[in-house]
Amino acid sequence: MGKPNDLVQGTLDLLILKTISLEPMHGWAIAKRIQQVSGEVLQVQQGSLYPALHRLEQQGWIKAKWAESETGRQAKFYTLTAAGRGQLDSETANWNRLSAAIDLVVTEA
Amino acid sequence: MRWLAQLRIRAEMLFRRRTAAARLDDELSFHLERQIAENAAAGMSAEEARYAALRAFGNPALLREEAYATWSWTWLELLLRDVYYGIRTLKRTPGFAAIAILVMALGIGANVALFTIVRGVLLKPLPFADPDRLVRLYEQSSDGNFPFNDNAGGIFAEWKKQSRSFADLALCGYAGYNLSGSGEQLPESVRAATFSWNLLPTLGVQPALGRNFTADDDKQSGNPTVLLSWGLWKRRFGGDPSILNHTILLDAKPHTVVGVMPAWFAYPEAAIQLWTPTYYEKSKSEVEAIDDHAFRVIGRLKPGVTSAQAAAELALITRRIHDQHLDDPFVSIGANIKPLLESLVGDVKTPLYVLLAATGCVLLIACLNVANLLVARAAARRKELGIRMALGGGRMRLMRQHLMESLLLSAAGGALGFLLAYGAIQWVVSMRRDMARVEAIQIDWVVAAFSIALIVLCAAFSGLISSLSARSGQLLSSLQESSRSHSAGQARVRLRAALLALEVGLTVVLLIGAGLLLKSYARLRSNQLGCVTQNVLKMDLQLPQARYKQLPQVVNFFETLLTRVRNLNGVEAAGLVFPMVPGDGYGGDNGFVIQEHPPLPQGTVQYALHRWADPGYFAAIGIPILRGHTFDDNQRPGHATQVVITDAFARRYFPGEDPIGKHLRTEGNRPYEIVGVAGDTRITVGEPFKPMMYFALYAGEDMNGASLVVRSSGDVTLFSMPIQRIVANLDRDLPVSDVLTMDQVIGRNTLDASFDATLLLVFAGLSLVLAAVGLFGVLSYIVAQRTSEIGIRIALGAQREQVLRLMLLDGLRPALIGLALGLAASWATAGMIESMLYGTRPLDPAVFASVAATLLLVAALACAVPAWRASRLDPMQALRTE
Repeated sequence: MGKPNDLVQGTLDLLILKTISLEPMHGWAIAKRIQQVSGEVLQVQQGSLYPALHRLEQQGWIKAKWAESETGRQAKFYTLTAAGRGQLDSETANWNRLSAAIDLVVTEA
Repeated sequence: MRWLAQLRIRAEMLFRRRTAAARLDDELSFHLERQIAENAAAGMSAEEARYAALRAFGNPALLREEAYATWSWTWLELLLRDVYYGIRTLKRTPGFAAIAILVMALGIGANVALFTIVRGVLLKPLPFADPDRLVRLYEQSSDGNFPFNDNAGGIFAEWKKQSRSFADLALCGYAGYNLSGSGEQLPESVRAATFSWNLLPTLGVQPALGRNFTADDDKQSGNPTVLLSWGLWKRRFGGDPSILNHTILLDAKPHTVVGVMPAWFAYPEAAIQLWTPTYYEKSKSEVEAIDDHAFRVIGRLKPGVTSAQAAAELALITRRIHDQHLDDPFVSIGANIKPLLESLVGDVKTPLYVLLAATGCVLLIACLNVANLLVARAAARRKELGIRMALGGGRMRLMRQHLMESLLLSAAGGALGFLLAYGAIQWVVSMRRDMARVEAIQIDWVVAAFSIALIVLCAAFSGLISSLSARSGQLLSSLQESSRSHSAGQARVRLRAALLALEVGLTVVLLIGAGLLLKSYARLRSNQLGCVTQNVLKMDLQLPQARYKQLPQVVNFFETLLTRVRNLNGVEAAGLVFPMVPGDGYGGDNGFVIQEHPPLPQGTVQYALHRWADPGYFAAIGIPILRGHTFDDNQRPGHATQVVITDAFARRYFPGEDPIGKHLRTEGNRPYEIVGVAGDTRITVGEPFKPMMYFALYAGEDMNGASLVVRSSGDVTLFSMPIQRIVANLDRDLPVSDVLTMDQVIGRNTLDASFDATLLLVFAGLSLVLAAVGLFGVLSYIVAQRTSEIGIRIALGAQREQVLRLMLLDGLRPALIGLALGLAASWATAGMIESMLYGTRPLDPAVFASVAATLLLVAALACAVPAWRASRLDPMQALRTE
């Protein structure tokens, strides 16, 4: 069995940035939201999610804060930083350019 | 502001790593809880929900590792963990760690010390402006014996006038003065140099205070001026700047202090206390003579001119002068050039590089020894490593840990070694004030960088050798092998034996080098000077011309002095000689012709060393008069008619003839009758006897200094103070200098040889000990490895002698191979120290044989203990040890 729901390489960062650009979220919620919004097509594996979150944090695109979650337990909420917002814009533009290009090739050919 | 956020998080990851790890766990368990809750909500049982969540989650440890990997400073954490782990393993075997660190400390310390000296003396550029263009110029004597002779003032003047290759040429001469004391101070005899006024500008140096000599100072009609060294200014004048433009008394003559040189300035050598202008201080005849080689010439090459071109130009000019004065064989025929640095340190180059090579060998031996110890340890930890490998420890990771251990060892050794080197350098600098450029020896950042590089190199070397021996396949199989092994790790034993052979080989090279130098030094010291050296004291006196204007005054002073000294109770004899006692140096020579012989062919030279002595000198220092007699008492000022020649002189110039009654004519063209033939003396220990002629001191024309020689039956140093009191009574402003026994004079002139031999012996001894320890260790290991095998042999009836022989051979094999290697290497390299040897051939069979014997003896002793222990094994015990 192949892995149809594997993410295109390098797009996980974009998805995470986009997802938390609306509101601060913890890891589980981020995974859930991506899954829901994509209509259950994109399944984010924990094995990729947390390293990605930590990497983005180390790079200063996002920052984390511990706060009370909806269940009343302390959880780590991730927020976009100003730099992260810029990064999101440029990655979005990049993605649009790339997907449009792929689209062109796929449909024209 | 992103960098700020990054900085903050980096700081957080650095300082609050533990919290961050706890939080990651928390974050992950929150995720898990939510998943379980969701599964339960979907209708699973509690247990089912939990398992499903865990399955989806994957390996939590791996996930954690992967998240860790994204953090900054992970490399540092791993490094620290390796360091921590390394320290812990080393702590478990403190004996091993201490030995390894000490070995490394000695190796690294010796190298850092030698490197510091070599760098200071040989490698650092001279502290002058654009030093690469500074050269020292030499004259080449017409007989070709002295290609690097000192310069004559007259030749210098022609060079300066005619040559086009130099931005400037300057003249430096030697001088010595009595510096009169003022107030409480005692008079002092100081070493000095004369500089032509343009010498400092040629070097590109300014006085620290005041000014340089002007062209007006630097001529016969000038006023007497002087530049002080920083040290003299501080010591003698309290560092008082108001000394400028004041006068000080040099040889009782007032000289105006025009400047003080910077503290670092030491040209032509560190012992120089003050400088005076050449053309004012030296007589007109001396600076104009074209055959009196009394100066050194320094030049600055013009940009674009090579020193070969400049030498060719000067040689041409010199040749022209030579051809115009064919009647004077002492006019040089050519010229040569050396870089100024080379001219200063050329003599110490070979010995320093030899010592550096020796310390390099010591370090290599130290590394090999530590590598050997590490290999042994790796063998002992074979199982541990095997298990770690089986559990998935990465090869690189294990190798890194291995290297970290050796890095820890060599870093600790290096730190200790650096301290040792610091002490050693202080010692050398204080011991060898006479060494050229000793003032430039300093520990600086280059030395520090060198030490660090050495540490890393040693760590890599010893670590890599031992970790290479831990090949992975071997390691895993070792798990099975060692469950019951009789000859485990054959490859490792072979590696250790190879390391040992190399170590022994290097030791042999060092031992042979040290042996050759020692033998040469012993030859040197047993070399007879030709006079009595026991209980003889010498001291130098210089009567200032300004106060002793008339020769009879000088003679009167000397005669009174000798009478009073000879009257001291216990003094056996006393005499005077100029310029120096035997064994203390060259002292100058003179050309002559023999009146009774046919005239010499044009361009041929006849010369001999010259000395001036009082009639009692020969008896005082124990030089025998072989024929004839010493000077008559009538040899007085204005009546110099007699000369005493030496045996070598008679043999060389009067073969088959009786020299007594013949006459020598020297430059002044006055005839001297040969009245006696004295025994030969050497100018320095180790030099062959050379023809020498003695003139009567009291009849000398401008003789106002001499060395007083005193011989007694007992401890002669007791007379030092009484004699100085006699001098002070005669002239309270006259300093006495260089008070030494003859043994000290010889010691001073053989200091180089004893220094080099001693150091090399220490290094060789050190490596012999290291090699012995290595042999002992390897054989002990082999015995331990083969305990059960030996047990079986003995149980099956092997004789204990057979076991002993077997084990001895096992241990001695690497020693024998190493010995062969070392002898071969020494054979090939001993020639390099030939220039340092006296009376000893580089391939001296006695030295080679005794080194081989010593090494075999030490190796046999090192192997005897483990081999004997093996032969004493109780077979039952041995078989049970498995």
